[in-house]
Amino acid sequence: MSPTNSEQKTDQYRRKFLGQSAAVAGLAIAPGIVLNQVAHAKSDADKASAANRWGMLIDTTKCAKGCTDCVTACKTENGWGSVDGKASAEKLSNTEQQAQWIRKVTITDKQTGHVQSLPLMCQHCETAPCVDVCPTGASMKREDGIVQVDKHICIGCRYCMMACPYKARSFIHEKLELQKATAPRGIGTVESCNMCAHRVDKDQNPACVEACSKADHNAILFGDLKDANSEISKELKKHGGEQIRADLGLNTGVRYQGL
Amino acid sequence: MKKPAFKQIDGNSTNYWMLLALLGSFVLAAVGSHFYMEHGGHYVTGMNNQIVWGLPHVFAVFLIVAASGALNIASISSVFGKTAYKPLAPLSTLVALALLAGGLMVLVLDLGRPDRLIVAMTYYNFKSIFAWNMILYNGFFIIVGIYMWTMLQRNINKYSKVAGMSAFIWRLMLTTGTGSIFGFLVARQAYDAAIMAPMFVVMSFSFGLAIFLLIVMASYKWTERPLGDAMFKRLKNLLGVFVAGVLYFVIAQHLTNLYATEHHGVEAFILRDGGIYTQLFWYGQIILGSLIPLAIIYHPATGNSRSAISIASIFVILGGLAQMYVIIIGGQAYPLDMFPGKEISSSFFDGVVGSYTPTLAEALLGIGGFAVSLFMVAFAVKVLRFLPESLADEAVDPHHSK
Repeated sequence: MSPTNSEQKTDQYRRKFLGQSAAVAGLAIAPGIVLNQVAHAKSDADKASAANRWGMLIDTTKCAKGCTDCVTACKTENGWGSVDGKASAEKLSNTEQQAQWIRKVTITDKQTGHVQSLPLMCQHCETAPCVDVCPTGASMKREDGIVQVDKHICIGCRYCMMACPYKARSFIHEKLELQKATAPRGIGTVESCNMCAHRVDKDQNPACVEACSKADHNAILFGDLKDANSEISKELKKHGGEQIRADLGLNTGVRYQGL
Repeated sequence: MKKPAFKQIDGNSTNYWMLLALLGSFVLAAVGSHFYMEHGGHYVTGMNNQIVWGLPHVFAVFLIVAASGALNIASISSVFGKTAYKPLAPLSTLVALALLAGGLMVLVLDLGRPDRLIVAMTYYNFKSIFAWNMILYNGFFIIVGIYMWTMLQRNINKYSKVAGMSAFIWRLMLTTGTGSIFGFLVARQAYDAAIMAPMFVVMSFSFGLAIFLLIVMASYKWTERPLGDAMFKRLKNLLGVFVAGVLYFVIAQHLTNLYATEHHGVEAFILRDGGIYTQLFWYGQIILGSLIPLAIIYHPATGNSRSAISIASIFVILGGLAQMYVIIIGGQAYPLDMFPGKEISSSFFDGVVGSYTPTLAEALLGIGGFAVSLFMVAFAVKVLRFLPESLADEAVDPHHSK
């Protein structure tokens, strides 16, 4: 028995409806799939891996007094502080409130008067006090040893700043604009040096390291502490490297020579 | 001893509503301060990258510590079986909960991102003493709340001893956790000491009781209910013991530090060279907060005077706030000793004593914590039966005339 006219019509409607539904569903899911692909765009080889531990070796005898090229490079790379006479991104904060990811410190021996100059920033501890005390896990250590803050879940309690033995962290005291895409910063959260993780992930040296060698000082050596054949490992094996506040037993990723 | 009769306060006098209005206006001021600080950021405060915890933390930690101390009276009655304190046990749980709520409000509203509190409530890094404290604080509300309930509802009274014991253990853990916030900070010279935990426990006894004593004296005076000398003397003598206990811990802490050469710098800073911190330590914490109250409490001429004991209690509270200021802000102001034996200088204020000038907004937020607590207490005693009708000698102590 052939279908009646009205039955055929109903079928057409049904087909049309199903087709449209599928299209709508497809449209709804597609961006998710695309985003998912973006989120997982990195191949496993590119991910931070426990096979590496990134570190720095700073030779204080090569670090030139008065030179702040590493600091300037960090500012330019990560968008904090004032660069080239431009106003700081933190316009309302006073100098004691403005962030500093890296600074040059001058140390003078009280007995001998011997003066040294060195850059000081997050020491990327293996057992980082900032990671231990963070209630939300925002202060975290990557598989490859880089310590950084996940600014999306930082609640701004500042306990990590209390815990850091190196005064490496800053709190953002105001709303910020014009940020670098690679270094998002946010009001009410804490931040610090992350060894230019975005550059390290692209097999580049951190900005401070690059600037130091550009200035021909070569005071900062960057590399993989777990790779026995890396330059930094060889140098550490040969001449050693001290930790600041070694008494705390934090096994810092940043080491110094000539202290 | 006959069962104590509890009754709500009338709470319809002009003075009562004036009190609520006054406390309410301080609460509003605190909320306003919070929006002011959060709207544009913490740049409007005196806090900076050197002094990261400011005046709000002083108030918040004080209130949290005092909260567990306010529970003492209830603990003494149900855990240690001192029935004389039983009539005040429900009020003791109420004040404890109210103080904790006030303290936590200040702590949370001073966060950089209080809107993300849900993250802290749903994710726990169990190596963080802060995360532990969140469990301890929430647990305190639940356990003390249940304890209060077992006392207020007659047919479950029999469970109050068990609940009281749990609350007692929990409150000890809570103050240990609060003290450990500082005790576990290895980086800073002023902290990193195991004595912080027990010292905070004894501080809680003292601060909590001072606040509790003031609340009892004020509410009995204002409602014209009898408060006999027996109860009054018990409470004030207990306060004396606790104040002396805090003093003992403070002396032990500083003597230990003074013996170790590595701590000479920070001790010289707090005890001699620290400017405002030194003044707050000696004049605020030691003289005003400890020695004068002890003299008032134990001197025969003043020890029996209600107004003198009120003043002593206020001094204990002010001294406690001074102590918190010295611990929290003084401890941060002293520069980190990263290179022993060397002087350090930089653009980031290394080697320099941190500068901090509290702003009005921070002070109002902190005071608002007190206001929230007292508002809660004043309101609760009107709607629920927390206050015994009489604390006259014959009501609390059957042997008083002997």
